[in-house]
Amino acid sequence: MADVNRGNRPLSPHMQVYRLPLAAITSIMTRITGHALVAGILLLVWWLVAAVTGPQAFAAADWVVRSWIGFIVLTGSAWALWFHALAGIRHLFYDSGKLLRIEEAERASWAIIIGSVVLTLLSLILFFFA
Amino acid sequence: MRYITPRKAAMGLGSAHSGTADHWFLTVSSCALVLLVPAFMLVIGNAIGLPHPELVAYFGRPYPALITALFIVVGMVHFIKGTRIMIDDYFQHTARKVAIIVSVVFSWAVIAAAVFALAKMTLVTVAI
Repeated sequence: MADVNRGNRPLSPHMQVYRLPLAAITSIMTRITGHALVAGILLLVWWLVAAVTGPQAFAAADWVVRSWIGFIVLTGSAWALWFHALAGIRHLFYDSGKLLRIEEAERASWAIIIGSVVLTLLSLILFFFA
Repeated sequence: MRYITPRKAAMGLGSAHSGTADHWFLTVSSCALVLLVPAFMLVIGNAIGLPHPELVAYFGRPYPALITALFIVVGMVHFIKGTRIMIDDYFQHTARKVAIIVSVVFSWAVIAAAVFALAKMTLVTVAI
């Protein structure tokens, strides 16, 4: 029998061209932020250990923490921490069978994205002006 | 036919052979971390910029020391369980074993370093 439908069949999503839904993007971002937080924790623990090692060690670590490198790492970590925390709270809702409908998951994704940015800006304002 | 109850058949099984213990640990620690995250960020925010002696005295106080210790211990054990899920997803065979060992050893080294630093700052403050 001739294949009359050639070239017109539905295809399974191909990773290179498939546009991930927002809930999928925020889901993989949870894993990425969780693992990336290792940079911030390493910087802070190095800084704490340097503080009990000696004045020279502390001067070096404190310089990095207060430099633009430290600013980028710690601000990035603050955002990653807020994002991961909000996404983790969403997982607690998922586990209890809530927010699982597509529109709800979509709305929760926006709440996580906007919430994490707002909380990071709030943290920076609190740090620099309070 | 197996002459055991469905409950008995499910006991101690699952792909992890340890049931849902890891998932439950992540649930419990995530609830703790929801409270610890803002507290830890406030503690660190207040510490950055302090001169050396003031910083040591600051972390010698109970609240900053306890929040920092709790956040790093609970956070890094949460990290071990979290990386374990990622490792199980992306690595097989020997690479998986090596990755798990590296993750656990690294995390406990971070915990040990942080606890040592906090303990020393607390003792120095007491000595003063």
